[in-house]
Amino acid sequence: MNLLILGANSDVGYATARLFAERERANVYLASRNMDLLEKKATDIAIRHQIKATPLFFDATDYDTHQLFYTNLEIKPDIVVLCFGILGNQEDAQKNVSHAREVIDTNFTGALSILEVIAEDFEKRGHGVIIGISSVAGLRGRQSNYIYGAAKGALSTYLSGLRNRLAKRGVHVVTVLPGFINTKMTDGMDLPEKLTATPDQVALDIHKAFQKKKNIIYTRWFWKWIMLIIRGIPETIFKRLSL
Amino acid sequence: MDHARAVNILADGEKMNIESWGRYPKTTGEGYSFETVKTLAAHLEKNNMFIPYGMGRSYGDSALNEKVILTRRYDKLIQFDPEQGIVICESGVTLDELIRIFLKKGWFLSVTPGTKFVTVGGAIASDVHGKNHHKAGCFSNSVLWFDLMLPDGRIVRCDREKNRDLFLATAGGMGLTGIILTAAIKLKPVKSAYIRETVVRCNNLKDAFEKFEIHEDATYSVAWIDCLSKGKAKGRSVLMAGENASTGAIDLPRKRTVSIPLDLPSFCLNSFSVKCFNHLYYMKSPQYTENRLTPLDTFFYPLDAIGHWNRIYGKKGFTQYQMVLPKASSFEGLDLILDKISSAGMGSFLAVLKLFGPQNDNYLSFPMEGYTLALDFKIQSRLFAFLDHLDDIVTDYGGRIYLTKDVRMSPDTFKKGYPAWDTFSALRQHYGMNQKFQSLQSKRIGV
Repeated sequence: MNLLILGANSDVGYATARLFAERERANVYLASRNMDLLEKKATDIAIRHQIKATPLFFDATDYDTHQLFYTNLEIKPDIVVLCFGILGNQEDAQKNVSHAREVIDTNFTGALSILEVIAEDFEKRGHGVIIGISSVAGLRGRQSNYIYGAAKGALSTYLSGLRNRLAKRGVHVVTVLPGFINTKMTDGMDLPEKLTATPDQVALDIHKAFQKKKNIIYTRWFWKWIMLIIRGIPETIFKRLSL
Repeated sequence: MDHARAVNILADGEKMNIESWGRYPKTTGEGYSFETVKTLAAHLEKNNMFIPYGMGRSYGDSALNEKVILTRRYDKLIQFDPEQGIVICESGVTLDELIRIFLKKGWFLSVTPGTKFVTVGGAIASDVHGKNHHKAGCFSNSVLWFDLMLPDGRIVRCDREKNRDLFLATAGGMGLTGIILTAAIKLKPVKSAYIRETVVRCNNLKDAFEKFEIHEDATYSVAWIDCLSKGKAKGRSVLMAGENASTGAIDLPRKRTVSIPLDLPSFCLNSFSVKCFNHLYYMKSPQYTENRLTPLDTFFYPLDAIGHWNRIYGKKGFTQYQMVLPKASSFEGLDLILDKISSAGMGSFLAVLKLFGPQNDNYLSFPMEGYTLALDFKIQSRLFAFLDHLDDIVTDYGGRIYLTKDVRMSPDTFKKGYPAWDTFSALRQHYGMNQKFQSLQSKRIGV
């Protein structure tokens, strides 16, 4: 089994690569921009689990390179986990459209660009699993991070469309909706401890979703219920809340 | 998430609770994590006065400080030589990880402490010892070399020839010489994940000393000792000796672990309950059993099976008192110390006795040839005055206290116990380490 992690320097990407190497004996492609770190991680996983781990340079927002990136893979992956994304800064993004675009381009346009390339190949082969890491922030816009949320909301919508298209071809698409995770992305933020998952917990949930062929999962599981409540609040009330 | 951006977010320094295993004292401080040497160098450049913090398994205040460098993210394996059993890894890798990865390939740690939940960096900085100290020495004996980041961000490779002074200061140096980055560790070949264990009951301290001598050829040996028994039974013990088995599976049996979910009220542990426990433990142990097959996990890390076992001492926390006396004065000194402990009625049920082999050249490594005694005390009034009293006895008999467990010894006790302290201190000054690295402990003992 071959696994491609897009955004493998992210904490969730790295934890997922480790877990699939251990549990599925998967060979892993680790794709991201910081090659120094990526090479270290690839060596580490290869020694730990005696599988093949290959570091690859990949830039999510350099769309023109995506086709070539995928074509160059000698052995095509069976599973793709899309983990890249940036949180950005909401205030910056409000004032500065170039930062807003950065958030949208990385989280959404970049994802769309590479996944279309992969979807085409999977569709032809009639085989494969695509796992996209979106966010609960995409389920309802809140003043504190609605630009990030909008990009993730677009990604979730995109993934559901892709699932619909590929289901008939034997290709499975999983949408992962994490709440808070303790990672580099959220470092410095004051997160409620009980609601915050570790990257390893998220990786376990992703692996379970893969095994059970789930369509949409929340991670940790309780976010499903939290979001049910948050989404149920009538807009007339919701707009007055400071969330 | 792309990394260039992440590094900035990572340059954190956020406030966090920092605790050691004894959970005393409870402190808050700024944490700085790193995944690359570049990030680490940036932390060092921008700030002063750090101590590295790995798994937080040292007992006292040796890894506590207002600013700590968190090493756990720096945890990659770099190379493994399956012929020689040499692993090169970053300092944040834990011994638990090394065992899980390499035991099934037939390799085990040459030296392991009583918990596997410590980092490689921590094991070097404490120069930890294990049940085979009398044969294999300290953890640093299994270290071929390590790379150290100095206060100015320079990275130097240290071994027993190159930068020998830095090697001698850093192994056992409590993180006060810089940040250990990577290390080459020599593993030991094993045929099985089991130990052939011999268990012997010893009626009193004298008997225990004799049994240690009898079993001096055993690869591993350690004794549990009842610190509260008096009279003829004073110092009664259960000696456990072991050899790596040549039969038995190479994979560890999966064990269910339990966890202490919350702080126990501190009155649960009193001299009566501890006496009861000790009596039952002693009686439960066989008079003599030879060569029983024990999983390596159970033999080396009995307490690792109980998550958060430090909670049994209650909210206020505890301290472990570990001392060693030179062999010639061991019996007399320990006999006296046991008297003091049993009459104070403050001892606990986790007390350990072991005979060390010769000491090494490291400036601040703890072990010396002689008997070591380790026991836990919950934090309570009168305790520190009592331990000061024990310190005097230890010092009088030419012994010393283990820095990794210590949270209260005086500068005087430290300096008498570690005569090479001034060499260590001068080296810190020479490299400017005293301007960059400190812990609550180093401030207290004046090094």
